[in-house]
Amino acid sequence: MEFDVEVDAKNQSCPMPVLLTAKAAKAMEAGQIMYLEATDGGARSDIPAWVTQTGNELVESSEDGGVLKFYIRKK
Amino acid sequence: MSEEQENMTIIAFSGDLDKLWPTMILSSTAAATGMNVTVFFTFWGLFPLVKEDVRITGKDAMTKMLAGMNAPGFQGAKLSKMNMGGMGRRMMRKVAKKGNLMPPEELFDICQDMGVNMWPCQMTMDLLGIAPEQMRPNLGVPVGAATALQMMSKSQVSLFI
Repeated sequence: MEFDVEVDAKNQSCPMPVLLTAKAAKAMEAGQIMYLEATDGGARSDIPAWVTQTGNELVESSEDGGVLKFYIRKK
Repeated sequence: MSEEQENMTIIAFSGDLDKLWPTMILSSTAAATGMNVTVFFTFWGLFPLVKEDVRITGKDAMTKMLAGMNAPGFQGAKLSKMNMGGMGRRMMRKVAKKGNLMPPEELFDICQDMGVNMWPCQMTMDLLGIAPEQMRPNLGVPVGAATALQMMSKSQVSLFI
């Protein structure tokens, strides 16, 4: 999947994945896609929770060798 | 973003290191989620806001003694249990660093950048003899219980930590 912004939150603990995601999203335009990688297990539920709370869209999520990958569309 | 901004208010009563962490983690995360966040620092919770180079606060012998038992700044914050004369605190900070958990003072800075309101309790400042110039910059105007309650009554999330 193509994306406009990449966020690397690997090896960062709660709350950093959410904070980095929010910071990056702030600078994005509506419709743009963010690709996010995180290794904090809490991000598995935290990122979808943040997406729902902020009214954005989780396009796709997957897990690969301990790395959580998310594609988020800014609304 | 939702139409109406949600509010979260935390009463930061404890100055303990292990309680400052959840206060700062929840505040920064709530702000990142678009909430309007206010932290009301009262009683022991006020000491982390005192600048670390301020050796002692207080207006008389007893308040100076209380200040002596509550070292200023986030660096002075002890663990709520097993502090063991500062050994527990140092161990906790080491464990946090190893686990990539950001220290609370850095999370505090992030919170401030994100617009979290940091309100010192006027009554505690008066009671303990903590002067505004002895505290960190960019805090809110000191307020009282009624102002904190007014914000809490509008808050979807209110916590006492």
